[in-house]
Amino acid sequence: MSNRPVEHYVAPVDPADSNEVDRVKLGDRKSNLWIDAWRDLRRRPLFYISVAIVLVVSTAALFPNLFTDVPPNNNCLLANSNGGPEAGHPLGFTLQGCDVYSRMVFGASTSLSVGIFVVMITAVIGIPMGALAAYYGGWIDSLLSRVGDIFFAIPYFLAAVVVMSVLSQHRNVFVIALAIGGFAWASLARILRAEVLQVKNLEYVMASEAVGRSKFSTLLRHVLPNSLTPVIVYLTIALGAAITAEATLSFLGIGLPPSTMSWGNDIAQAQTSIRVAPMALFWPSLALTVTVLAFIMLGELIRDALDPKARANR
Amino acid sequence: MVEIIPATDVPVDPNTPLVSVEDLEVTFVTGMGDVEAVRGVSFDIFPGETVAIVGESGSGKSTTATALIKLLASNGRISGGRVLVDGTDITGSSERQMAAVRGGVIGYVPQDPMSNLNPVWSIGFQVREAIRANGVASGRKDVEAKAVEVLQQAGLGDAARRMKQFPHQFSGGMRQRVLIGIGLAAQPRLLIADEPTSALDVTIQKVILDHLAKLTRENNTAVLFITHDLGLAAERASKLIVMHQGKIVESGSSLEIVQHPQHPYTKRLIAAAPSLASRRIHSSVVTELGDDDVPDMLKLATRREKAEADLKKAPIAVSVRDLRKTYSIRRGGFKSEPLHAVDGISFDIRKGKTLALVGESGSGKSTVARLVLGLERPTSGDVTIDGTAMKGISNSDLFKLRRQMQVVFQDPYASLDPQRSIGAIIAEPLRVHRVGDHAERQARVEELLDQVALPTALAHRYPNELSGGQRQRVAIARALALKPDVVVLDEAVSALDVLVQAQVLQLLADLQEELNLTYLFITHDLAVVRVVADEVAVMENGKIVETGTTEEIFENARVPYTQRLLEAIPGAGIEFAS
Repeated sequence: MSNRPVEHYVAPVDPADSNEVDRVKLGDRKSNLWIDAWRDLRRRPLFYISVAIVLVVSTAALFPNLFTDVPPNNNCLLANSNGGPEAGHPLGFTLQGCDVYSRMVFGASTSLSVGIFVVMITAVIGIPMGALAAYYGGWIDSLLSRVGDIFFAIPYFLAAVVVMSVLSQHRNVFVIALAIGGFAWASLARILRAEVLQVKNLEYVMASEAVGRSKFSTLLRHVLPNSLTPVIVYLTIALGAAITAEATLSFLGIGLPPSTMSWGNDIAQAQTSIRVAPMALFWPSLALTVTVLAFIMLGELIRDALDPKARANR
Repeated sequence: MVEIIPATDVPVDPNTPLVSVEDLEVTFVTGMGDVEAVRGVSFDIFPGETVAIVGESGSGKSTTATALIKLLASNGRISGGRVLVDGTDITGSSERQMAAVRGGVIGYVPQDPMSNLNPVWSIGFQVREAIRANGVASGRKDVEAKAVEVLQQAGLGDAARRMKQFPHQFSGGMRQRVLIGIGLAAQPRLLIADEPTSALDVTIQKVILDHLAKLTRENNTAVLFITHDLGLAAERASKLIVMHQGKIVESGSSLEIVQHPQHPYTKRLIAAAPSLASRRIHSSVVTELGDDDVPDMLKLATRREKAEADLKKAPIAVSVRDLRKTYSIRRGGFKSEPLHAVDGISFDIRKGKTLALVGESGSGKSTVARLVLGLERPTSGDVTIDGTAMKGISNSDLFKLRRQMQVVFQDPYASLDPQRSIGAIIAEPLRVHRVGDHAERQARVEELLDQVALPTALAHRYPNELSGGQRQRVAIARALALKPDVVVLDEAVSALDVLVQAQVLQLLADLQEELNLTYLFITHDLAVVRVVADEVAVMENGKIVETGTTEEIFENARVPYTQRLLEAIPGAGIEFAS
């Protein structure tokens, strides 16, 4: 090495540079994962669109009379069979001469209740199965995960077909939701299990136990709330998927009985006269597609909003 | 156009800079606008010279280094100044031209040996890939031979067999050797080493750095160290560049800077560096740096020395007797073999004192922490806290005992529940133990925030708004909520920058004096131990190999393992003039 002298450079002292170490700098607004996610969602037009659709569908489901005063099942006159739009019947008539618009409005309640029941059943079975398996580990994990694997191995739609065929005497909204949700929870359990496995090793979980909180209470208080992100996203998308599943089962004739208003039933009925009256098929299909799309979009938006990295890269 | 000449053929002119950085500016585009990470940095690196850039996180030191080889993150760009390599400005060079500079002229050793090797390819594949990319050798046989040579040079024994192995079969030190080997494969004239050993134990760090020094000296390779560790920089580099907030605050010869810092920031940094304080501790000079806001390792150390005098008088607060913890590790099929994580250790901590439990990774020190806290039950042996034995304790008694002992963990980013407000986090122990009503707990939270020098307005905020040091102070406040006697500090300051680390250590020392706390200070960093501990226990492979007062251990270590640990403290070898 050379003996070249090294110049000693000292930067001029910036008088504004304080000696204070690690000063607390707070933003004007509070911030945590959910608050930030909410702020992000409010800036996205797609969020408003999907929420608006969900709200309209929910209102139609709860108060169908706000949208129409034509009863969906009575007053069907065969004279009107496959008739076009006319005053008071903006979307025309079905093969049986029932009002298409009215049936569309009244079908929302069925689709939405099936979706909500399925999500509830999935959550009630899937969340405890996944969370307990991951958090307690050992033989509990082995047992619960294997049970989950068995259900995971059965395609839920196939299982629902079998259940609905067997229970053909008891077809109603709750049974169909049980048939779908009872076999669809295994994926949710898996997703949650993976998340809990990560969270449970974080130091705040250990700190909570060191304070004296019981293991179960720690699970409820700290582990679950921090593992719920993927669960919420999954359930929102699953709601849309469940509505499709119900429509598919009804379309196949093993879903809800024809007496129950359902988009799937209407699509099934309309397909026979698709050449003469395509609009009777189109409208319930549109309602189904738009509703399912709204839930899936909402799920995707929530996922984006809850992921700080995705937020930063946008 | 950059002309690439193999290093060995260049007539080296020691007085022409190899790399010359002039007024370098780097800007990152972020969601919150443009951020200038590097603002007008200039320096030269001459052939064969060893330079270190020192700074805290966010100082722009790593950004400066990556700008030299134009490997900035995709949202960053060189927004001003020039980088001359052999007199040619590379700021405008194309990717193709840069590919020739990288590896060939400037080699790079990345920071984290754990994530910088691809786990699905064998070590040999990755070394051969680097050799081919740099055009050092061609043809299967030549490349193979060169790869073996590179790994042997990097100090990897039995290289030919090792090449068939995969990264997970290598220890952290061995992986770092592989990365150094790759970095030096094409005999570059400058090697950039970005925190090359931060993830490694001190003894391994020393071996690796010694080896790196030998290799680069033999080939007259210049080295640019990027490090947060002033001791390491001063020991390994002849020239030091201190960076702060994207600017150079001071640069010059290493010894001159650590012995006679001029800039106030450098002065504070050096006063706060535990590795340097550990040498200065017995120098009678209590420097003029003693600005009261400045956390000063020296003051901490002096205070500790005073405390050592009355060490033996205090009653025993924590007593550990013949503690063992054995895990059984599955070995495929139904076979399992025992792992003695803690293998019959005993120690006492006196009330109001600090025992440092020191060991390298895998020594079992964190398991001891969990056993002492009652988070795990020992296989045999016992822990006694304030006269209460934990052996066979009922759950309700253990719950009561938890009020006496609390813990602060290592990772400030994982130790606070991100969904709870700071107030709720600090109040949690109070709620769990049903202390006071809501208003009383609120008042206690404010008192605690005040104690750890945080504004009380923070109670309604969430952890993600705080820096690492501030989070650690919140964790300390939570630990103190129930007025415990014993606090276990499990690597509580290891993840913090020097200045912040010194500040937190100062806070811990103040709290200890004020509240007569007993600390079990678990750490891998012997340099920190010297300034905080009254007594030291050194752990190796689940056993305590040496105990003594801090004085005895540092002045008179008898066990070779302890001596090796002490020698490996970076900067320990520097003799100070004053």
